[in-house]
Amino acid sequence: MTRAAAVVGAGQTVHADRRTDVSVPELAREAARRALEDAGIRARDVDAVVFGSGPESWEGVNRPEGWIGPALGVPGKPILRVHTGGTTGAAATIAAFYHVTSGMFDVVLAVACDKPSERVAGGLPDDEAGAGFTLDTRELAAMQARQYIDRHYPEVREEHGAMVVAKNRGNAAKNPFAQVRTPVAAKDVMASPPVATPLKELDCPPLADGAAALVIADERRARKIASRPAWFAGLGTCSAGAFMPDFDMAYPEPCVRAAQIAYQMAWIYEPLRELDLVEVYDAFSFQELIWTEALGFCNPGEGGKMVEQGITAMDGEFPVNPSGGILSANPGGAGAMLRQLEAALQVMGRAGEHQVPGVKKAMAHSWGGALQFSTVTIFSHRM
Amino acid sequence: MPGKSGIQSGGSQGVGVEGELSIPYRHAAGRHAERFSREMRDNRRIMGVRCSRCEAVLLPPRPYCGFCFEPATEWVEVADEGELVTFTSVQGDPDAAVFEEPRIRALIMLDGAGVHFPHVLGEVAPDDVSEGMRVKAVWSEDRNGTLSDIKYFRPI
Repeated sequence: MTRAAAVVGAGQTVHADRRTDVSVPELAREAARRALEDAGIRARDVDAVVFGSGPESWEGVNRPEGWIGPALGVPGKPILRVHTGGTTGAAATIAAFYHVTSGMFDVVLAVACDKPSERVAGGLPDDEAGAGFTLDTRELAAMQARQYIDRHYPEVREEHGAMVVAKNRGNAAKNPFAQVRTPVAAKDVMASPPVATPLKELDCPPLADGAAALVIADERRARKIASRPAWFAGLGTCSAGAFMPDFDMAYPEPCVRAAQIAYQMAWIYEPLRELDLVEVYDAFSFQELIWTEALGFCNPGEGGKMVEQGITAMDGEFPVNPSGGILSANPGGAGAMLRQLEAALQVMGRAGEHQVPGVKKAMAHSWGGALQFSTVTIFSHRM
Repeated sequence: MPGKSGIQSGGSQGVGVEGELSIPYRHAAGRHAERFSREMRDNRRIMGVRCSRCEAVLLPPRPYCGFCFEPATEWVEVADEGELVTFTSVQGDPDAAVFEEPRIRALIMLDGAGVHFPHVLGEVAPDDVSEGMRVKAVWSEDRNGTLSDIKYFRPI
């Protein structure tokens, strides 16, 4: 890294099943304006914009960068659009980080947005050679959960997924931007109808229209803009092939590798002790346990114990998803940026009602594609 | 799953713009996909390719190994039976339409392959399925060169 960078402002929309009051560009603008206001700067202070969104079919709008750019005050400045499946929003932040640390730009706005309520059903066909070989996300997650439970039973059981949902929905009750804010008990999750075994309806995420935005600045500007910036301390991304030999879904290598890269960069040797919390991409309940293990917070098979003993509760030793996670708000491409946004706000001490006291270092994780993209971002209160 | 939380936002129903799309397309399948398809249809054979470096037998076949970036040109016949890696009993499609019978989706490690093969199971109840069981393809009489040339895999 040639120079340091930090998050100095954050904004998000309310994540709702359906936003009938705004178009796609208006939705993105809402988050971007909040991020700029939060940083206390104006659009003209921004040097470049990175925009992340899902496949066009997810906005239902062709070439969204063309419409969204002007809504973000970009004319006259560079804009770059990124898309890497579920990790899209995190990739936008990471691209903004590259912009700043390269020395090319001082202040960069990263925005991610999706409006799946207006998506075009089906989307485009897959690569012809891959057609038929792809699984839908739910099937993939269900098979992943099955493999994970079977390997670690009885240390990990279906009830542990239900405990994750109960915990995260409880946390979301304190997050005014979350999509699903009604608490549920683990027994309600267990009693919900099966969707794709072992996943039940409440093990699966909702789907939201929503956007998120971060203002990222270099050291000099960051110190001027924010009294307590969230400094990027470590960053790891890893991608893998689509049909990998020996791929272990219950302990996915791209996630393990991304974490190792980030820990090395941030000089972290004992993640559980040195970090204060993590926001993981819990698109399905069991994934929170799988990521907790793959990111090195406990040994394989101990994820169940982590949630059962309350270690990952908001007031536990190591909170996981104090915001409520993807299980409580799932705005497509923006979801991965939300993980970073929440981790950054925790470090800045401005997460609101779901603030965990005394956070110095927090991590954000995301996954995308057929489990083939992974990102890990570590924020620190010190540069 | 839109509509799940029941939360809508924005108060007033905005002005909507409606339309309909019909999108014809024709893709080049690529050199290897063509042979894979023909072998399934004409010979009831599942063909993979071997990477010239890591020697993994890859499915679906393609002229390169996505891990080594090396050519994969040696064709290898893979068995139409193998071991069940993992599975899920799917109750309905993602838009909430419920199937009459649950559909058992499966990842199978075919004998001789290095990559999981996705398909469905038949002639078995979800409760009787377990990881590691042996399964074999039941081929369709009416084949068109897609994965549905295999009707399903059944336990053996």
